Amino acid sequence: MTHGVTTAHAQPQSFLRRHVFSVDHKVIGRQYLDLALVAVVTGMVLSWIMRFHLGWPETPVPGLGKLAPTGAAGGIITPEYYLALMTMHGTIMVFFVLTTAPFAGFGNFFLPIHVGAADMAFPRINMMSFWVTLLAFLVLVSAFFIGDGPPLSGWTAYAPLSAVGKDAGPGQGVGQTLWAVSIAMFCVAQLLGSLNFIATTLDLRTRGMSLARLPFATWAWFITSVIGLIAFAVLMPACILLILDRVAGTSFFIPAGLVISDRLQPHAGGSPLLWQHLFWFFGHPEVYIAILPGFGIVSQILPVFARKPLLGPRVLIVCLIAIAFLSYTVWGHHMFLSGMNPLSATLFSVPTLVITIPATIICLLWIGTLYGARLRFTAAALFALGFVSVFVSGGISGFFLAQPSTDIYLHGTYFVVAHFHFVMGVAAMFGIFAGTYFWFPKMFGRMMNETLGKWHFWLTFIGVYCVFMPMHYLGLAGNVRRYSAFTDEYLQPLIPLHRFITIAALFTGAVQLIFLFNLIRSRLRGPIAPANPWEATTLEWSTSSPPPHDNFGGHPPVVTHGPNEFGGAGARDYVMQAEPR
Amino acid sequence: MGKLFAVVVTLIALASAAIFALHIWWVPPDISTHGSRIDRQLNETMIVAGVLFVGAQLALAFFVWRFSASGTARPSKSFPGGPTPMVVLATVLVGAEILVLTFVGSKVWADVYETPPAPGALQIEVQAEQFAFYFRYAGSDGKFGAMHPELMNDASENFFGLDPANDTTARDDIVVGSLVIPANQPVELRMHAKDVNHSFYVPELRIQQDIVPGLVIPLHFTATTPGKYELVCTQLCGLGHYNMRAFVEVKTRADFDQWLKEKAAAL
Repeated sequence: MTHGVTTAHAQPQSFLRRHVFSVDHKVIGRQYLDLALVAVVTGMVLSWIMRFHLGWPETPVPGLGKLAPTGAAGGIITPEYYLALMTMHGTIMVFFVLTTAPFAGFGNFFLPIHVGAADMAFPRINMMSFWVTLLAFLVLVSAFFIGDGPPLSGWTAYAPLSAVGKDAGPGQGVGQTLWAVSIAMFCVAQLLGSLNFIATTLDLRTRGMSLARLPFATWAWFITSVIGLIAFAVLMPACILLILDRVAGTSFFIPAGLVISDRLQPHAGGSPLLWQHLFWFFGHPEVYIAILPGFGIVSQILPVFARKPLLGPRVLIVCLIAIAFLSYTVWGHHMFLSGMNPLSATLFSVPTLVITIPATIICLLWIGTLYGARLRFTAAALFALGFVSVFVSGGISGFFLAQPSTDIYLHGTYFVVAHFHFVMGVAAMFGIFAGTYFWFPKMFGRMMNETLGKWHFWLTFIGVYCVFMPMHYLGLAGNVRRYSAFTDEYLQPLIPLHRFITIAALFTGAVQLIFLFNLIRSRLRGPIAPANPWEATTLEWSTSSPPPHDNFGGHPPVVTHGPNEFGGAGARDYVMQAEPR
Repeated sequence: MGKLFAVVVTLIALASAAIFALHIWWVPPDISTHGSRIDRQLNETMIVAGVLFVGAQLALAFFVWRFSASGTARPSKSFPGGPTPMVVLATVLVGAEILVLTFVGSKVWADVYETPPAPGALQIEVQAEQFAFYFRYAGSDGKFGAMHPELMNDASENFFGLDPANDTTARDDIVVGSLVIPANQPVELRMHAKDVNHSFYVPELRIQQDIVPGLVIPLHFTATTPGKYELVCTQLCGLGHYNMRAFVEVKTRADFDQWLKEKAAAL
């Protein structure tokens, strides 16, 4: 093991090099988080418009007629515009929020500090990762403003719809190509980022920072990087093949004999299922890329506010590794009904069910950690506890979808929408919120407002249950997803439930303004934060808030303790990692 | 604060579970021979998942209620037995559940998707396209005419690309826009997609299956209850996806024969 580099690079003096084109992992981490913030606001507004349309399809969306004169003339959304909103919502949220914030954002800021390093192993590549990610986001969003219209094949972009071009209808022109280019770029950025995380964790640990003493969040980021390295390495070539099908006349995903808009397509020999296999070989591990950082953040935060060690830290790490391994064996559960050999459904079902064992163990470790605790209810603690609740809710509905026999009925319905929004959307967001309230003082040197934070928690917690729990009921009643409207008599009895969900979604979205306000106000004029406001143990809390350019002021810490030493008797009930023995 | 959290979590868990348990929104009545077993699997999963869901949420609520810091400086206590009971509990409980669900559920799945249809099943061809379903019956010769992609044309209503001028077996093929089937007779669909992915979903039949371009996808089932049911596409296929629906009309044997005779006569 090499010991931490003390001065990776001197602090540059120009404004641009310090705050914009910076190689400092802390600046890059904040940039990722700022990008995720822009992305999440965009994604949420898109979901508002969709929900509004589903509840009141005949009512014009206020102001939208001016913003999107073709997609929503007079504020009434066309079917293709609805699908475009849905596609962009999913793509933005999965890639630019749920991957960018908890993994690239917090990971960048805190992983080097957690291991006691001055920066990432490859700071320049790190900077490049961020700028490529930003560029990918701009490429994606630009699809809204081009003549051909935004893509509408969903975030899964199933071929051949996504591959055959304009014959397949609106949204299949340049917009769909931009989508594929954007995702391929995003993959490049994440591959480089993952390599950086792995190299930093393995090579830049400071003296005494054995793997067993790594903080839980860093363990999670490290394992997530390994998952990402394999997953994005598959999605990137898949996107390139898709681009070739679209612009170069190849037929990777397009079989012979397709007749679209009464035109026989000039393709032969491709397989639509190949795209699905490649996509889901990435897509399922992606769920864990989104949620494992949340696991790490919650595992790190709970002991701090429970004032006692996490139950079974080694069991936690083993379970995280087991989940990472299993995540590569389950992708076919997205394809039970895809037309692949039905025998393989059983094969994919078993590991899918087995993966619930390590996930259940982790949930029980969290709950067991609360036993005998002295809980302090900060906003960060509340979101960490809320994470446990929403993750359990989302995980359990997985039992229905992991079984081919029950999936026959529930596949393609709102039950699936409910499941993945709870388990990877809401749970991951709760992890992001917990991380924000927890680490904000360290990142910006100022405290966030706790009262506002608590209001934010309560209203969000109740709100998300009102939005997503009823979607299970819709799914059970046979309400299919990705429908822009329910015409004739079809599904009319379920419209009131849709309206309830819409109102809850608008409410929950509006509640996020509290968070936004708190974020901006605290950044400008929150009370000055001490070095260790939460009495936590890991290395970021033994340096100043915010940390100096090289993180530890020229004195790399020497680690003598694990991250989990809480609960001693007396006034000071914790031991910091860098405290002398 | 801890008590409030506990109360909120408990209320959410109980209310959510109650709505499931009371079947306020629930699956429509089943009209197939295999559906009752899917429903049983669904119900069993619901009970197991419900117990786990309520149990986990209540445990979380109870611990948060019980172990809030209330000004006392008592030392924290560790969980009796360490993590081992948790590992054992999760492995045994979830493991047993997985075994049971897999063994029972795989049989249901196998019956629908891995066994051949009963001999003598009524053969119907399905063509899915943006944004409609079409159905083809073999006619009096019992043979389907060959499909020629280059002849497929919506404007001339040649949805299956038939060539009746040169292909005698195609001349008596009956092509309609609703799936009409007799009750209590096994039906085998052979499904084609003309352009992009589609999916065949009839909730009442407990049947859902993607239709993939380039593949012929077989699907078999037996409907039991005459009536008219909605068939919907559940695989995103373009702007008209939301409107890609057709009816499944399950008729008594006599009504079905009569309908088929009329269709053949109208050719």
